[in-house]
Amino acid sequence: MTVKQISVFLENRYGQLHEITNILAEAGVDLKALNIAETTDYGIVRILVDDVPKATDVLIGAGCVISVNPVQVIAVPNKSGGLNEVLGKIAEANIDIEYMYSTVDGKDDVAKLVFKVDKPEELEKIL
Amino acid sequence: MENYYSKEIETMPVEQIRELQNEKFLKQMQHVWNDCPDYRAKMEKAGISIDDIKSLDDIGKLPFITKDDLREHYPYAMLAKPLSECVRIHSTSGTTGKRVIAYYTQHDIDLWDECCARALVAAGATKEDVVQVSYGFGLFTGGAGLNGGSHKLGSLTLPMSSGNTDRQLQFMIDLGATVICCTPSYAAYLAESIKERGVRDQLKLKAGIFGAEAWSEEMRRDIEAGLGIKAFDIYGLTEISGPGVSYECSEQTGMHINEDHFYAEIIDPDTGEVLPEGSEGELVFTSLDKEAFPVIRYRTKDICVLTRKACSCGRTFIKMVKPRGRSDDMLIIKGVNVFPSQIEAVLLEQGYQANYQLIVDRVNNSDTLDVNVEMTPEKFTDNLGEIADMEKKLVGALKAMLGIFAKVHLVAPKSITRSEGKAVRVIDKRKI
Repeated sequence: MTVKQISVFLENRYGQLHEITNILAEAGVDLKALNIAETTDYGIVRILVDDVPKATDVLIGAGCVISVNPVQVIAVPNKSGGLNEVLGKIAEANIDIEYMYSTVDGKDDVAKLVFKVDKPEELEKIL
Repeated sequence: MENYYSKEIETMPVEQIRELQNEKFLKQMQHVWNDCPDYRAKMEKAGISIDDIKSLDDIGKLPFITKDDLREHYPYAMLAKPLSECVRIHSTSGTTGKRVIAYYTQHDIDLWDECCARALVAAGATKEDVVQVSYGFGLFTGGAGLNGGSHKLGSLTLPMSSGNTDRQLQFMIDLGATVICCTPSYAAYLAESIKERGVRDQLKLKAGIFGAEAWSEEMRRDIEAGLGIKAFDIYGLTEISGPGVSYECSEQTGMHINEDHFYAEIIDPDTGEVLPEGSEGELVFTSLDKEAFPVIRYRTKDICVLTRKACSCGRTFIKMVKPRGRSDDMLIIKGVNVFPSQIEAVLLEQGYQANYQLIVDRVNNSDTLDVNVEMTPEKFTDNLGEIADMEKKLVGALKAMLGIFAKVHLVAPKSITRSEGKAVRVIDKRKI
């Protein structure tokens, strides 16, 4: 399933991540997933939320630099070898994974993972 | 074939120019002594009388005028004609303090227009051209100067002023503009917009005159490629008259100073001592035939070099290289002169905002330069690799401009403090 992910530019210093979560909490936005990619100076926080328009509004309003991009959320069997099986299919289909991370939005039998890939349509097709 | 607006003057043998300057200078000093109480008071305070000034060789005896002098006597500083003789004012932006107001008689406007007409012809313009003036009109001298020069030349003039890019491009295409005059950053922006809209093949532009901002050779090449033109530099200050104090020719290796109207000196900014030709120092101008607002030895704070080397265009006017920056902003880092304006030019040309902070420090007896730059929504992507590439490109462009390595830090937007007037751009932590 394709969903909209919000990426936020973050400077590497104390309290920056908290500022972001604070802005979202005050707006009553629920975080479904969060991932951080970082360098020594800055990072990108990638989030999935329940209300994308509201979250983008409050983040831009607070002066954040953001970008909204489509990502694929894939349900993976929550058992030993579950992820291995999915990654195997992706490799076989020659799909390049730019990055991936997990969400808190799973049930006991499935884990939901977020994928950023070069060929999203094909990913949907094979899984 | 090189064209000139005032061939006889622009190609006059150097000795004759000097003679002409001498004659005009003595007249100008008489006018100032008799009609400009502000400067006469300065001379008297320095113990100089008009009788001490017998030729241009005596100019070194005269006191300098600084921007502070002009501000101190606001709003009528250096006024040397009754207001009834004046026809217009222009004014500086006032970003560094109180505005300076410059007054013009019709004669002053005419000589300024003439200077700009020379700049247009040096850029290849004739009366057959359609000149689009996209500098701001109003108190700023940019629009008025090139507009006047284009009128004088007899070209069809489009007084567009700045902004409203859609309308700019519509007129540029529909009326077949062949010469564009604006700031270099706006020219770069226009080039980008033209590319986005895919209308490059509908343009008739052949030349552009760009000034009022620092810009690099790299930026010149980008603008030339983007607009399909030859890009010419122009220099001027409201305090001296406006754009056209000096202008670039086809050789594009510096700007010819209109020496029949302005006398230029290079001084040591610390001691005020006049430096020989070819030395780098602060540029000082004396007007030679202005009426309302004559300036004698005005310190521009611009750091540059003057050269008399023969120019392939045939003009004999002395040339100034593009000023590297303002003397009071200059930093010496690892023995290299660095001007914040150079860094600003690189940032603008790389698509960043001109909001930055320079941190200079000394680590293990070696100077370090760190540049904090704000991330912008246009530059931000979700891809860390692309951001790292952008950063690398910026480091490379800074190295090319400054000659030294600067460490770049991308910081959160609006995290660099903006104060009322000018932001705190430089933090020098070195304890020397």
